Amino acid sequence: MNRTFDRRDFLKLTGAAAALAAAGCASTSPKARVVVIGGGFGGATAAKYIRMWDPSIEVVMVERADAFISCPISNLVLAGYKSMANITHRHDGLQRYGVQVVRDEATAVDAAKRVVRLARGGDLAYDRLIVAPGIDFMFNELPAYQSAMSAGRVLHAWKAGEQTVALRRQLEQMKDGGVYVLSVPLAPYRCPPGPYERASLVAGYFKKAKPRSKVLVLDANPDVTSKGPLFKKAWADLYKGILEYRGNAKAIDVDVRTGSVKLEVEDVKGDVLNVVPPQRAGDIAVKAGLITANNRWCGIDWRTMESTAVKGVHVLGDATLSAPLMPKSGSMANQHAKICAAAVIALINGQQPDAGPKIANTCYSYVSDNEAIHVASVHTWNEKDKTLTTVPGSGGVSSARSELEGAYAWAWAVNIWQDVLG
Amino acid sequence: MRVSIICAVVVAAVPMVASAQDRNAGRNMAASCAMCHGTDGRGATGYQPLAGMAKDELVRKLNGFRSGATPATVMHQISKGYTDQQIQLIAEYFSAQKK
Repeated sequence: MNRTFDRRDFLKLTGAAAALAAAGCASTSPKARVVVIGGGFGGATAAKYIRMWDPSIEVVMVERADAFISCPISNLVLAGYKSMANITHRHDGLQRYGVQVVRDEATAVDAAKRVVRLARGGDLAYDRLIVAPGIDFMFNELPAYQSAMSAGRVLHAWKAGEQTVALRRQLEQMKDGGVYVLSVPLAPYRCPPGPYERASLVAGYFKKAKPRSKVLVLDANPDVTSKGPLFKKAWADLYKGILEYRGNAKAIDVDVRTGSVKLEVEDVKGDVLNVVPPQRAGDIAVKAGLITANNRWCGIDWRTMESTAVKGVHVLGDATLSAPLMPKSGSMANQHAKICAAAVIALINGQQPDAGPKIANTCYSYVSDNEAIHVASVHTWNEKDKTLTTVPGSGGVSSARSELEGAYAWAWAVNIWQDVLG
Repeated sequence: MRVSIICAVVVAAVPMVASAQDRNAGRNMAASCAMCHGTDGRGATGYQPLAGMAKDELVRKLNGFRSGATPATVMHQISKGYTDQQIQLIAEYFSAQKK
C-alpha cells in the first residue's frame, strides 16, 4: 500500500483527479483508497457502505452522469403514472458519508499500476477498485439498429434517461389504433420481469387513453422469463384484446423503411418500435479485461465480488456472470455492493472476508397503475458449487397481484434509492 | 512523502486477525434488509422500522413469518432463508441500532 501512495505522488494529475489527490492525501492519511466506477445501484451502495462501516478508508466514486436515474419505476414513467423527476436523484447524499464524487468517465484501467484513467485527463490511483458499470448493448446483433436509433425510429429505453422520455413521447403521439411493438432479447438481460411489466403498463395506458391500440410483445425466449403465470393472469384479466404475447420471436434486425422488426421468419410492423437489444457488461469492464464468460459477463468470487480475471478489482451488479437463479436487478446490485463493501474493508484491514455471505432479493413489478407482484429469493455461499445458490424452501412469488403489493413496490423504490444514495 | 510513511505505519500496525466473519455476520446479513427497511433499519417509508427493536420481539416476528403463523406478502419467503442462529444475529444487530 505504501507503494501506491508513493506512486500517486509521482502521477501527473490534472483536473478533478489532481484536486482529489491533493485534498485526500495532504490533509488526511487514509488507510487506503478505494475507487468505484459507476454510481448506480451497485457502485453508489458500495461507496456509501465502505465509508459507513470504515471511515478510515478513502472512497472516490467516478460517475459520468449528473444524476442517478432509476430503471426501476421507469416503466411507470412510460405509462404516465410517474414523472422523470420521481426517478431522478442526485448523488449529493453520499457526501454525508465522505464519499468523493468525481463527475467524469473512466476510460481505462491499468491493473498493474492500479490506476483508473479519466476522460477529462489524469489518473486516479487505487488500492482496490470496484467496477459497477451496468450493461451496454450488443448493437451489432441487429445490423441496422444503431442508425435506426440515431434517427429516433427505434428505442430501447433499457437505460432510464433520454430514451425513457423519447419513448413516452412516441407512445403519446401514436394514433389510437396503432401498434406498440416490444422486442425482448434472449435471457440473460437486465431485469428479467422488466419487459413484461413494461408491456402491462403500456397496455394500461392504451386501455384508458387510446383503447383501439395494441401492445405486441415479441419475446426471443420461449416463454415469459419471470413471474410468468402472474403476468399472464393480469394480461388475461386486464388487457384482453390489447396485449398480445408471442414467444420464440427473436428479433434479428429492424427495418426503418417499412417500420418493422425483422424476425427469423417474418417481419412485424409497428407504429412504435421498442426493441431491447442483447446486452453485456458495460464498456469499461471490457476495456479493463474483466470479461470472462461468452464475451459478455464478468466472472467473480461471490465471497468478495473480486474478479476472477484481475486481482484487486471487484465487479458488481448486472455486469457479473449471474449466480444460478440470480436476476440482474437493482436489488441484487445493491446486495452485491454490501458483500463487496464488507470484503473490501476486511481485506484492507488484513482480515479474512466473510466466508459465507448471504443476501436476499425482492423484485416488484407493477401490472397496472396500482397493483404489483413480486419475486423473492435468498442466496447463500455454497462451498460445494463455489457460488451463491438459493436456500432450499425459501423465496417465491406473490400469491396474486394486489394493491397492497403496489404500495409496497413504491415504498421499496423510495427506500432502496435512499439506501443507495444516502 | 510524509504521507507515505504514515500510510505504511498504519498498514503495518493492522494485525492479521482470523476473520471478520464472526464479528460482522449480523451486520452483513442485516444489511440485506436495508433495501426495504432503510439503512440500518431506519427512516424507511411504508415498512416496519427495525432499528432499536428489542431482540426478542424481532426474533418472534421473524419466527412468526417463518412458521406461517403471521400472514405476509414477502417475509414468509425471505425468513425461510435464514437459520435460527442467523435470525438471532440479525435481531441482535438491529436491537443495537439507534431508533
